Amino acid sequence: MPYTPHTKDDVKRMLAQIGIKEESELFDYIPQSLRAKSFDLKEGLSEFEVYEDFKEMASKNDTSKVCFLGGGYYDHIIPSAVDALSSRSEFYTAYTPYQAEASQGTLQALYEYQSLVCELTNLEVTNASMYDGGSAMAEAALMAIRITKRDKIVVDSGVNPIYKKILKTYLAYHDIEVIFMETVSDKVDTKTLTSLIDDSVAAYIFQNPNFFGSLEDYSEIVKSLHEVKALAIMSAYPIALGVIKTPGELDADIYCGDGQSLGNYLGFGGPSFGILATKQKYVRNLPGRIVGLTNDRNDKRAYVLTLQAREQHIRRAKATSNICSNQNLMTLRATIFMSLLGKDGFAKLALQNYNNANYLKTQLAELSAVKIFNQNATFNEFVIELPITCDEFLDRMSEKGFFAGLKLDHLYENFENRVLVSVTEKRTKAQMDSFVASVKEIL
Amino acid sequence: MKKYTNEHEWAELEGDIATIGLSNYAIDELGDITFVELPEIGASAAKGESIAFIESVKAASDIYAPLGGEVVEVNMDLEDTPETLNEDAEGTWILKMKVSDISEFETLMDKAAYSAYTQTL
Repeated sequence: MPYTPHTKDDVKRMLAQIGIKEESELFDYIPQSLRAKSFDLKEGLSEFEVYEDFKEMASKNDTSKVCFLGGGYYDHIIPSAVDALSSRSEFYTAYTPYQAEASQGTLQALYEYQSLVCELTNLEVTNASMYDGGSAMAEAALMAIRITKRDKIVVDSGVNPIYKKILKTYLAYHDIEVIFMETVSDKVDTKTLTSLIDDSVAAYIFQNPNFFGSLEDYSEIVKSLHEVKALAIMSAYPIALGVIKTPGELDADIYCGDGQSLGNYLGFGGPSFGILATKQKYVRNLPGRIVGLTNDRNDKRAYVLTLQAREQHIRRAKATSNICSNQNLMTLRATIFMSLLGKDGFAKLALQNYNNANYLKTQLAELSAVKIFNQNATFNEFVIELPITCDEFLDRMSEKGFFAGLKLDHLYENFENRVLVSVTEKRTKAQMDSFVASVKEIL
Repeated sequence: MKKYTNEHEWAELEGDIATIGLSNYAIDELGDITFVELPEIGASAAKGESIAFIESVKAASDIYAPLGGEVVEVNMDLEDTPETLNEDAEGTWILKMKVSDISEFETLMDKAAYSAYTQTL
């Protein structure tokens, strides 16, 4: 017998209130084809049978290929200590550590994470993480709207197209005008940007390196934004912050990014976490949980969730956001990952990525059949233009043992022959040389 | 002379400038004040609309304009020392507004009426 607290009369009154007759009408929005055909589940399986089933499914994955895929999620080395420490049962806590007296370990780990993010970005405050890079960007946009009390957001063409989709979804029911700049090259279209930036704009969102891997100096743009009291929102691949100008150095107001590259696996696009950091003066507009450091009544160091009055359990409808959760375990992995690398190690890692990718780029540029799309300098990925279609190229490279890159034809118009190639510290010179040789054979 | 709203703001009128704060009752209920979000100079609100925001260790609450008008001054000291409100709530102003219709002031409660009102809460 299903347990539902509502009597038949309750249900009738609720349905009448919203003007429908049957409960089933509530599901009209879901196409019939997507609904469950039946809830009559089969008989259960034994542990052994389930294991065999899963093994068979897993064997369909191809893990043998050398990966040059990027575009937001990257194939980095993950030290074993990350798995070992993050799988300790103490950290497998269920949910919000609101009860500080029972959650000091979790809270301290989050506090360390926040400290590391502040060092990485050169910004003063951050929260205990968001869901992913896209949701962090959308929350950054909402922050800018609240801070400036303006309702227009300008999004650079170099922003990850998936983040743009998330922005659209997230902001759909807010009274916000979002202007997406058109993609003409890998560079910022400064002329169009200048014509768009005025005192009606809440923020300009840019990504460095951008989705095509290109780097640009945004200092002047940030200055011109501040002249009209608009905010600069910078999205960046966190590894790149080891070598490029940080958001703090650029005087950007809000940083957002995806944390997968910091010690998290490429698991079909997740799980990951989002990073959101800002200046001290905007801390009360920062959504999500923030862990603070204080002293208990015996004068011992203690960690607590702080500034909770921004959040929905206190401020209700006027909360800074309805995000009341975070990605604890993923941020824990990032904390361990960053601690193991240290400041110098992190900078070296970034440099290795830069060097590897630029080696491959130079080698490919020498082939007559390949053109490099990027005009600006690139970090660890770049776009190649081919005489054949993306699909053709990727299929043939796959036969030679490579995931050769991310096809861009489904993300941009007129990009049928363009592929985004990414190179991390994991790729050896031999692998890159063999990649070039294979491209030569194909084209 | 202070007059009060049932949202617990007080206002004092001098010409068409109203000095605005929160009542002793409101501050007692809120407890230790940790933050006051002040509006921009020039911000306007109709009577009863949210104009500022206050946060304490146990709650967060809007401050509503007791009278309609435009903000002409804010008490910047509250940014660093919001606890002044706990020390002397009705002696600490939060903001000043240029009132568009001073007759609205007459609709507010006097001290006795407000005191009787808080007894019912």
